[in-house]
Amino acid sequence: MNSKYEIVIGLEVHVQLTTASKIFCGCPIRFGAPPNSQTCPVCLGLPGALPVLNRQAVQMAIIAGLATGCEIAGRSVFARKNYFYPDLPKGYQISQYELPVCRQGELAIVTEAGGKTIGITRIHMEEDAGKLLHTEAEGGRYSQVDLNRACTPLLEIVSEPDLRSSDEAVAYLKKLHQIVVYLGVCDGNLEEGSFRCDANVSLRPWGQKELGTRSEIKNVNSFRFVKQAIDYEVERQAELLDEGGKVTQETRLFDPTAGTTRSMRGKEEAHDYRYFPDPDLVPLVISRQWVEEVRATLPELPQAKVERFITELGLPLYDAEVLAAERQIADYFEACVAAGGQPKACSNWVMGEVIRGLNAEAIDIAACPVTPPRLAGMLQRIDDGTISGKIAKTVFDEMWRSGQGADAIIEAKGLRQVTDTGAIEPIIDAIIAANPAQVEEYRSGKEKVFGFFVGQVMKASKGKANPAAVNELLLKKLKA
Amino acid sequence: MNLTDLTIHQLQAQLRRRDVSAVEATRAYLERIAATDPQVNAFISVTDKVALAAAEEADRQLAAGEAGPLTGIPLALKDIFVTEGVRTTCASRILENFIPPYDGTAVRRLKKGGAVLLGKLNMDEFAMGSSNENSAFGAVKNPWDRQRVPGGSSGGSAAAIAARLAAGTLGTDTGGSIRQPASHCGVVGLKPTYGRVSRYGVIAYASSLDQVGPLARDVEDCAVLLQAVAGHDPLDSTSVDTPVPDYDGALRQGVKGLRIGLPQEYFIDGLDPEVRDALEAAVAVYRELGAEIVEVSLPHTAYAVACYYLIATAEASSNLARYDGVRYGLRIDRGEGLIDMYRQSRAAGFGAEVKRRIMLGTYALSSGYYDAYYLKAQKVRTLIRQDFLDAFAQVDVLLTPVAPTPAFRLGEKTTDPLQMYLSDIFTIPVNLAGTCALSVPGGFSAAGLPIGLQLIGRPFGEETILQAAHAYEQATEWHRRKAPIE
Ligand SMILES: [Zn+2]
Repeated sequence: MNSKYEIVIGLEVHVQLTTASKIFCGCPIRFGAPPNSQTCPVCLGLPGALPVLNRQAVQMAIIAGLATGCEIAGRSVFARKNYFYPDLPKGYQISQYELPVCRQGELAIVTEAGGKTIGITRIHMEEDAGKLLHTEAEGGRYSQVDLNRACTPLLEIVSEPDLRSSDEAVAYLKKLHQIVVYLGVCDGNLEEGSFRCDANVSLRPWGQKELGTRSEIKNVNSFRFVKQAIDYEVERQAELLDEGGKVTQETRLFDPTAGTTRSMRGKEEAHDYRYFPDPDLVPLVISRQWVEEVRATLPELPQAKVERFITELGLPLYDAEVLAAERQIADYFEACVAAGGQPKACSNWVMGEVIRGLNAEAIDIAACPVTPPRLAGMLQRIDDGTISGKIAKTVFDEMWRSGQGADAIIEAKGLRQVTDTGAIEPIIDAIIAANPAQVEEYRSGKEKVFGFFVGQVMKASKGKANPAAVNELLLKKLKA
Repeated sequence: MNLTDLTIHQLQAQLRRRDVSAVEATRAYLERIAATDPQVNAFISVTDKVALAAAEEADRQLAAGEAGPLTGIPLALKDIFVTEGVRTTCASRILENFIPPYDGTAVRRLKKGGAVLLGKLNMDEFAMGSSNENSAFGAVKNPWDRQRVPGGSSGGSAAAIAARLAAGTLGTDTGGSIRQPASHCGVVGLKPTYGRVSRYGVIAYASSLDQVGPLARDVEDCAVLLQAVAGHDPLDSTSVDTPVPDYDGALRQGVKGLRIGLPQEYFIDGLDPEVRDALEAAVAVYRELGAEIVEVSLPHTAYAVACYYLIATAEASSNLARYDGVRYGLRIDRGEGLIDMYRQSRAAGFGAEVKRRIMLGTYALSSGYYDAYYLKAQKVRTLIRQDFLDAFAQVDVLLTPVAPTPAFRLGEKTTDPLQMYLSDIFTIPVNLAGTCALSVPGGFSAAGLPIGLQLIGRPFGEETILQAAHAYEQATEWHRRKAPIE
């Protein structure tokens, strides 16, 4: 927290959608394909080619809009953003300007400073540009253009300047990231650029109403870098202001190796994008009915899940948050409960053995060898006393390894817990007979020795004796 | 009679009877192009081999009795239509060696219909012009008088019909680019309603105004060509999904009881007396045929040219941004960096008129000017469209001149862009309104130059204007005259 200035941050997040094909043509979207292999006349910007809007991209925009509490516009318009750059094949980017698809949403975040709601100004749809590859070969420097990424669908999610610290900015980004991944509209891959962010940062003296001059930091692609870039920028601007200087409105680039930002272009060099409605596309009309259909299929969001896990399943807050953080994990957990598992037991096992196993083998929960019904089945065997909690770990490992069900493993390995007093009694009698000294100690009041007897009995039964039954019988026999 | 003198429907009948083969008809045209086109300069590229191969295939289909209305008919395309494997220049240096990897929708439909494509036709560069003098491949000459312009921008498409270098052609019309050259060359040219024909694979000039249409020797041929290319296309979001009527079937219904409107704003002072006479004579013909003549008003006509030159150039400034020397087309790179490459390539690649319009349009969209120019023009456009809808509440078609004068001399207006722009004063409002219109031969000046009549129809009312034009054509002889060129 700065003593003199209030920090004001607004974020523009670019979210690449997980549609099967590009936003204005039928080309597939594949990361890492050979350059220009995923292209056609439309995304190459060839003369005469025309864009046709991908309905699935619109559907995803509606999903994201609803999940962030936005109004979905009944009529929105695609506009051309005109500028020259070699990775932009048409000399303009098809985007939305005056009439975006979603407006006026919000996102709740929590930081150490507490909870807060961040306004979302708008969400609009646009196409991505291609990529430039710079090479040096045969004595010359060349730039090559790869248009595989050109025309892939993006959502640009613009926040209000409601964020007051880099921590809030990161909390907002993480929350937004979690939601779009949860909704399945984005793969969330930060390294591949599926989720990237521009940050608008300005300072103003505490109490001042109007915003200070901002700088825009471009294309920061990790949560850590966002924090670094904002912190650096805040410090830079504060120093400027302290020295009586002025912040200039400009676009700055973050340098991750140096951890600093540097000027990319000033206001004077700022582009006049000459936006105007794209005459090749008709206005996008979204019916109320479509919106309601999407709303009906909207998955439950993390926050709602946490609350439900607590109130309906009786989980502690910590468990609920861990399980709800990732949609697949939450789904797995709920499938276990649905298959008859007791919620808290399911939670313990998912957060414990399951996640540990997944991490150890670096596999996705979708590939988990122990299915939710299997896990629930095993938990039932603990419940009904067939196996002890301790033996269950062995059973679980075997289930993971072999893919078999708990019952088969319990039978094959003879792990069934012995609850039959008729079977336990002779063992106890033998132990008491073999340890007269300890019996004497116990009877003279050293009750701690009781644990020794339990251990001996369990050992003799190879862990299969029901501990409750052992306790009860031992107590009876020792006190006799 | 020469094969090259036949209309499409006449040639079609002969092909069906096997009196003549598609290969013979194609050879006749190719020979005539070789002999005659040097006087006209209508073609930028002649595709002999492609044409003969298509003709052979057409003959097989004809022999098998599988022929459609265009099977074996030699046609040619304005060089604005993207053609797979065939150089497509848009009459610009910047695309001088551009060979597209795909066919546009209209081209695909013609090919599928068995048409034989003879080559690519000259035009004003990027369809910007009214005289066909703005071509990197030289001006097109009017077949009726080689000292005069054929009109533009589809000058090659009109001249090729008049000089009998193709049985039919396709052009595009953004502000009159089919109708005005059709008028100047004494042929029939139709601009369909915006959205009637796909723009996919048509190099864009002004996307909200561009429309593909046919040019032909008579109204019936126009109907046949329109039938072949009209209809919804999922690749063009602005193409409209309404059923395509049977145009040929509607032709012969006459005009008895048809209400024909004469917009008073079109009878301006600058109207050439010979054009006025032709129009009045046409009114008399229609009266005779039983049509009812009604005076109507299109009150915002005076603003149409200004409105057009803001909207069209604004869209063009953006549409032409892709010609940057990076991926295809002309590149001039002196090794001084990216910006220099852009500047040099575009400076050398575009002609003067194209540059003028890019600058005009860039200005109209610029921050601080957008509202005053582009947005205002859009509002005026709405008013102009409403003018037409109001008029069509009273009448079925409008009858107007196509151009204020017959074809002017080469070089006459090249130094005065404004004068040139005003030559489209009667055609531009139709594009702004997005409706349909055609030009049909309506007489000759004393100097022997053709004068066209414009019939304007309701949106998707192509049937009605074809029907009205056909009735007039049947009652007159103008379309039978041949341009004096051998
Ligand atoms: Zn593509």
